[in-house]
Amino acid sequence: MPKWTMVEAINHALGQELARDKRVLVFGEDVGKNGGVFRVTEGLQERYGAARVFDTPLAESAIVGTAIGMAVYGLRPVVEIQFAGFSYVSFNQIGSQATKMRYRSGGVYTVPLVIRAPFGGGVRTPELHSDNVEAFFMHLQGIKVLIPSNPYDAKGMLHAAVADPDPVFFLEHMKLYRSFRQDVPEERYLVPIGKAAVVKEGSEITVFAYGAMVQVALEAAAQWEPGVVEVIDLRTIAPLDEETIAASVNKTGRAVVVHEAARTGGVAAEVIAVINERCLYALLKPVERVTCPDMPYPVPILEDQFIPTPGRVADAIRRTLEP
Amino acid sequence: MGITLPDTVYQVLTPEGQVVGEVPHLPPGRMVELYRWMVFGRAFSDRMVALQRQGRMGTFGPLNGQEAASVGIAAPLQAEDWLVGSYREILSYFIKGVPPLAIMEVYRGYVSARYPWEARCLPIQIVLATQVLHAVGLAMAIKYDGKPDVAVGVCGEGATSEGDFNEALNFAGVFKAPAVIVVQNNCWAISVPRSAQTAAGYIAHRGPGFGVPGYIVDGNDVLAMYQVMADCVARARAGEGPSLIEALTYRMGAHTTADDPRKYRPEGEMEEWSKRDPISRFRKFLLDQNMLSEQEDRQMAEEITTEIQGVVEALESRPAQDPNQLFDNVFETATPQLESQRSEMLLRNARTLGKE
Repeated sequence: MPKWTMVEAINHALGQELARDKRVLVFGEDVGKNGGVFRVTEGLQERYGAARVFDTPLAESAIVGTAIGMAVYGLRPVVEIQFAGFSYVSFNQIGSQATKMRYRSGGVYTVPLVIRAPFGGGVRTPELHSDNVEAFFMHLQGIKVLIPSNPYDAKGMLHAAVADPDPVFFLEHMKLYRSFRQDVPEERYLVPIGKAAVVKEGSEITVFAYGAMVQVALEAAAQWEPGVVEVIDLRTIAPLDEETIAASVNKTGRAVVVHEAARTGGVAAEVIAVINERCLYALLKPVERVTCPDMPYPVPILEDQFIPTPGRVADAIRRTLEP
Repeated sequence: MGITLPDTVYQVLTPEGQVVGEVPHLPPGRMVELYRWMVFGRAFSDRMVALQRQGRMGTFGPLNGQEAASVGIAAPLQAEDWLVGSYREILSYFIKGVPPLAIMEVYRGYVSARYPWEARCLPIQIVLATQVLHAVGLAMAIKYDGKPDVAVGVCGEGATSEGDFNEALNFAGVFKAPAVIVVQNNCWAISVPRSAQTAAGYIAHRGPGFGVPGYIVDGNDVLAMYQVMADCVARARAGEGPSLIEALTYRMGAHTTADDPRKYRPEGEMEEWSKRDPISRFRKFLLDQNMLSEQEDRQMAEEITTEIQGVVEALESRPAQDPNQLFDNVFETATPQLESQRSEMLLRNARTLGKE
């Protein structure tokens, strides 16, 4: 089995989708000859042709807007927004159009569209490149939001996204692109949408994370004996896997939710709402959030103060474990 | 490149019904059909406004004054072509195969308009200019698919101030998409006049700026609209790329039934445009050419009234919407969250029923 980085895993998944289905098109800014600014689409134009893998003018709203038309027609566009921080420009096409087409047409017209975007901090990008945008899209109705934390999931979740009959927002954490390699099967496999993964089992406390924060949570959890801290990778932010969240917290009675995005109105708030609805009487301590503060993503030099660290997560676990 | 700024307004019939251009080669029966659609559009619009005033219809945007442009846009299209417009384009949608009942249902407030897929019309757009990008995307898909079809995107002049309109023109040009982009310049975006949308003389001038030929048409002249539209559709079908058409027309009604133009419309403007009414102009031509008689015209009007009455009756005899349908069509398969929220509602409704 090959050992791939997340970039290689996603590149392979895109290549496989292009190979197996003529309806799949890949387009965006610099994704053609250049192979994307992160090389995620490297070699795809060469292999599948410029009619199927192509560069667009610099216009995010048009990338999504034209992809909606193509998806309605019956194609399977997989578009790239170069950085999630630039996705705001396309928000109207996603929020008022892609996500509402099935509903507004009574199911007659549908938008099987995948929007990929790199996001997240810790890689010293210039301003406005690292925004954690997932909560905006989570709050939309009619779209699924996927955030893989490792190469294996990235490939399987991308295959599932392309197979999905509805819009999918697929966020790829920049720090994970090349940070580690993993055994990834070459053949096509699906990691189901809407299913969280228990990445480390424990009985005393549950730590929820996704994206790059899964590694941070695992590092923090390593400070305790095995079997104490349970770490759950949410993987799909919308719809949340409420069953897995509830089952774990009903077992442990304690929880910490970690994310890189700003705190107010974030994914953690929603996870805690689920815990409130389904696990309140099992709770032994208040649930803590470890997140970035409610402020614009800072300049690179202050990034390390901003992003949750294993130390901060471990402190939250320690506080929550206290009787 | 050979793309020059358009500087003349294409016209076949003067407001007085005089022939000043080349009349499209259409059989008389087809001419009368175009006229019938125009009369139908106005009668439908008037009836919708009346129903709204009686509390039997939701907020509606009348199309009065834009019948020629609406008919000219849709009449040259084939069944396989796509048409994407806003709420002002419902008459074009009827011609393309969207049943008037489906549009009445939208305005009456039923969940989700079910246009037949075969009509190839997307839900009437509310967030203006977004639809022009959808049309260009459809056109790009048609080209990729190797089909000889065309996608038409329509918006008003107000929407041309949106980024999406300009991005759509740009993408259409860059990808040489088989698209026709039509602007119904009806002089008003609710209360904001055309002069406040752009400092340019004509919106069609923007086409050449994107490498797309632009045409200015008398939008109240159905024969001119038909001809220019047919030419642009033929160009697109032949693989020669997109076009931009600016139809000069006038919104004779309010923006919607919730709007009162007396507050902002200059005195005398409406009267001026009434002299250029698209229906009376074409009627005069048809009568002059002996393609239609006064009696046939009256009979047609009566038939249309009866036809629309039938649609209203079909609408009003429709059973109440099943609340269960509120949750349909968000996704192909509802999420567990949606299923649980649906159950909550059904339980709530069951309890309410139990109390009654």
